[in-house]
Amino acid sequence: MQWETVIGLEVHVQLATRSKIFSGASTAFGAEPNTQACAVDLGLPGVLPVLNEQAVAMAVQFGLAVHADIAEVSVFDRKNYFYPDLPKGYQTSQMYHPIVGPGEVEITLEDGSTKRIRIHHAHLEEDAGKSLHEDFHGMTGIDLNRAGTPLLEIVSEPDMRSAKEAAAYLKAIHSIVTYLGISDGNMAEGSMRCDVNVSVRPKGQEAFGTRAEIKNVNSFRFVERAIAFEVERQIELIEDGGSVVQETRLFDPDRDETRSMRTKEEANDYRYFPCPDLLPVVLDQAYLDHLRGQLPELPADKRERFQNELGLSAYDANVISASRDMAEFFEAVHSECGDAKQAANWVQGELSGALNRESLSIANSPISARQLGELISRVLDDTINGKAAKEVFQALWNGQGESADEVIEAKGLKQVTDTGAIEAMIDQVIADSPAQVAQYRDSEPEKRGKMIGYFVGQVMKASRGTANPQQVNGLLKEKLDALL
Amino acid sequence: MALEESHVRRAAHLARLAVSDDQASGFVDDLSRILDMVDQLQSLDTEGVTPLAHPLDATQRLRADEVTETNQRDTFQRCAPAVENGLYLVPRVVE
Repeated sequence: MQWETVIGLEVHVQLATRSKIFSGASTAFGAEPNTQACAVDLGLPGVLPVLNEQAVAMAVQFGLAVHADIAEVSVFDRKNYFYPDLPKGYQTSQMYHPIVGPGEVEITLEDGSTKRIRIHHAHLEEDAGKSLHEDFHGMTGIDLNRAGTPLLEIVSEPDMRSAKEAAAYLKAIHSIVTYLGISDGNMAEGSMRCDVNVSVRPKGQEAFGTRAEIKNVNSFRFVERAIAFEVERQIELIEDGGSVVQETRLFDPDRDETRSMRTKEEANDYRYFPCPDLLPVVLDQAYLDHLRGQLPELPADKRERFQNELGLSAYDANVISASRDMAEFFEAVHSECGDAKQAANWVQGELSGALNRESLSIANSPISARQLGELISRVLDDTINGKAAKEVFQALWNGQGESADEVIEAKGLKQVTDTGAIEAMIDQVIADSPAQVAQYRDSEPEKRGKMIGYFVGQVMKASRGTANPQQVNGLLKEKLDALL
Repeated sequence: MALEESHVRRAAHLARLAVSDDQASGFVDDLSRILDMVDQLQSLDTEGVTPLAHPLDATQRLRADEVTETNQRDTFQRCAPAVENGLYLVPRVVE
């Protein structure tokens, strides 16, 4: 039987506010336990929450970026459950009137095709604290620094049909929130966390199968792996005559499997009700217009512009536009050298490779966009050849010189295009290599093309890499063939 | 609405309240009467009335995104039964 996978994602994005959603405690990462948990976060008696205006603005910006309806009136509800890292006994969330209504995100797949994924809604809520289960004499340690950190939970429609689509969607959300600057998007530190709903159904069937929810899948790669495992598990289960149980499962990246989070508790009953401590949040049109006016150019728009106006391939446009830092770096390189294709090649090739090797982000690149743009200009105007360009790049990377011109000058890398000079070098090489010349002369004409490589190498070496390779090739062939 | 003791037990469990057998039957009567009153309210025609999120006719005030709280961990942890390394200790929660 042919099966179809149906996937929906719930993405929790930690908003990059300075203070918490309902209190003035700091949200900075990595502080000593419980030093950033104030009376409101601890749920002490008599405290009242006051909503952070920046959290509201960030949620609205996200909504505008995904072309969603923004609720004129949104309401906070209490989601009641007991857990030690939730001191109030409820999480303040938005169940019935979320701030961001239906919207959509465009994702780009590996083959360059695009697909629209609908967003059901996005709502504001507070994060819980952290439970540390290492052994504290048989007890659990609780750190409430994270309690009250603002989260935007983005709930998709079940529109994805493969693990690759789910990963592409998560990347699209990551791009949008980092472009907007509403989250640092750091998945390793938990700034973006993801729950995945997966089900399978026979191809062609309209009704959805029973879904399992996989909790806390915390990297793009894990999303793909968790889904791949879960799909296989569900299909095997059904084909063996069993049926999928609606349940919550946990992905274990070490064993590459999902496991049931068996609980003896009955089904959750959160008994939501409107939070009496918070009034309805009312937003007017002027406010929305103001925020709309501040939106940066978003990844999808950049991608389209890179393709249509700068002539980049779909693949290049997609990779470069995925990160705002990379897109802006590329744009600066392009405006310096004027050649989009070359700028894209260098940013994605030499630069990305060097950054990866040293685990640097593009924002911390030792080479500035202006330096790289100037270097490319020197290749384009034939001042240096490709090989010398890599040497200049390395020198600039290592801080040996302020500009490409300075390095070219200091290292004598200026390309030799003077025919007389190149001919002199060729003559010398031919004179020094009688054995190779004889071999060349005696071999079949069709094999000579390959053999010329030896001479090209010698001439380039003699010129310390500065000779123009096309000229060397042409002149060498003439001179060698004249000896036949 | 006729409430059964099992409903009371479940509500008590969800709220983590210890309810004795004697109390449970009393609650069945009390809560049933409250639900009867709710039933009575349900008979009102609320067609076209927006559900009320809050009794006050006001909207949420927002605060500026500023850190205004200082570290008062020592004060807060004075009333905690057990702490270690700055953490609150609670009976083990098994995942």
